[in-house]
Amino acid sequence: MRWWQKPASDTQITHGNRLWLYVLAAIIMLLLVIPTFIVIPMSFSDSQYLEFPPSHWSDRWYIVYLESPKWMRATVTSLQVGVLTMLVATPVGTMAAYALFVSGHRAARAIFVFLITPMIVPVILIAIGTFYAYGRVGLNNTITGLVMAHTVLAAPLVMIVITSALRSYDLDQERVARSLGATRVRAFFAITLPQIKFSIVTAALLSFLTSFDEVIIAIFVSGGSNATLTKHMFAALRDFIDPTIAAISTIMILVSTTLLLATQFIGSRQK
Amino acid sequence: MNTAIENEVDPGLPNENQLRSQGIREQRMLLSLATPAFLMIVAIILIPVGWLFYLSFIGGDGQFSLEHYRKMIEYKSYARVFVTTFQVSILTTLLCILIGYPLAYFLAMLPQRLAGFFMLAVLLPFWTSLLVRTYAWLVLLQKNGILNDFAISAGLWETPIKLVHNMTGTLIGMAHIMLPFLVLPLYGSMRKIERDMMHAAANLGASPIQSFWKIYFPLSLSGMVAGSLIVFVLCLGFYVTPAVLGGGRVVMVATQITAILENQFNWGAASALGVVLLVATIVILYLAGRFLKLDAALFGKH
Repeated sequence: MRWWQKPASDTQITHGNRLWLYVLAAIIMLLLVIPTFIVIPMSFSDSQYLEFPPSHWSDRWYIVYLESPKWMRATVTSLQVGVLTMLVATPVGTMAAYALFVSGHRAARAIFVFLITPMIVPVILIAIGTFYAYGRVGLNNTITGLVMAHTVLAAPLVMIVITSALRSYDLDQERVARSLGATRVRAFFAITLPQIKFSIVTAALLSFLTSFDEVIIAIFVSGGSNATLTKHMFAALRDFIDPTIAAISTIMILVSTTLLLATQFIGSRQK
Repeated sequence: MNTAIENEVDPGLPNENQLRSQGIREQRMLLSLATPAFLMIVAIILIPVGWLFYLSFIGGDGQFSLEHYRKMIEYKSYARVFVTTFQVSILTTLLCILIGYPLAYFLAMLPQRLAGFFMLAVLLPFWTSLLVRTYAWLVLLQKNGILNDFAISAGLWETPIKLVHNMTGTLIGMAHIMLPFLVLPLYGSMRKIERDMMHAAANLGASPIQSFWKIYFPLSLSGMVAGSLIVFVLCLGFYVTPAVLGGGRVVMVATQITAILENQFNWGAASALGVVLLVATIVILYLAGRFLKLDAALFGKH
């Protein structure tokens, strides 16, 4: 018997009785997905005004984007900051997660909570705080400053992903390796790392995306020739509805969708 | 039994002392791996936020004063900001529960594989830049946007309705962005509900509606409360969506902070507002943590 022939619930409701729920869920899911992807067809419109469906198709807004030094510069900055954040946050977060998970120190739990505070502190506060502090040390409008701030946002996510991976991993394997003479470092790289590598990749993609999509800190801390894509987009959104934004949005959607599908694929391989 | 073992081993043996100190040394070495993360938090969160805390107590004359906090109580404009912030946060949370509960329930009822597929409908928006989604809503809800066009051609209303640059637009956009934060923990807690409980209820003669409200709903509450809490707390400090979709008419705490900085460059006043926001967030999480087991829901977010 296939699942749709079985009763829909444990209380013997049929799928027919459940139809209202299916319809409702379908509407909700459409409402979730459509607004996310509606800008894609609109970005190919020939019109100055965003119309749907577009009466004439064209790639002019992509050409505007590609030929604008301002947008290109911002794209390069965003990619640069994203990649650097990923390269810093992934090892920093993985090291911390491993240390706290393995040590079994009584303070480990308290340190873990301290290290994920960036998830609790409102981002606006981190933004103005770093803006003020960076002003004193000359880190505003620099790539370094932005990467540091984004790393602090991304590292907790890395820690959570890696901790949950370590939880389902049998640490005794590392002990076996060490009892056979491997040093702690060697045991980690030879035994543990290969088994949590998919989670590390997921964590890395997550930290790239955290930085790439981040708006508020970028608004305050980035600027000049180091302004990010999101900072320019936000400024453009407040002023007028520019179809170029639709083209850029489409590219950003493409990036995040690819990364999400990559993690889903990795997740299925891990099982 | 423990004491018996301890008695057997002479604590004075040099070998044991060596082992113990070696163990402690190793534990310290391990913990030192967390140092980079620790230092970054100190540099990027602790020092800057501590600085703001200090600034919030410095008056216009450079002396210690409570003037920024006093103004918050005395000025009507501040009261309006706080009311708006709570209003938006509560309404968004309620909207998310109303929309998210049926969706999570639908997903939890499906076989695992199908649920994984439909879960993409929640995850795709979740992973898409919130700036992009805010922009999409701006486009959809405009006066001559798709929604107005559609509703007019369907005969729902005759002249275009103002859907954006006001409270309506803000709430729609916020609910869309916050929904995954509610659905994910709620779905997790629903999956953990023992199916046998529902069998038992049905077996004992409960109608489907009865067994849902008496058994299923109470068991799903922990996930729902945890999810609502995350949504509520995130809403309190939200900036981008209210700033864009509110069009200056929905002034929340975060919007007010940037406005103070942009227009008056008054760091004391902006910091004081930030401190209030942080304290409110911590108090809510602390109170909730005392009554609920939040760990699982918060740390299992991704």
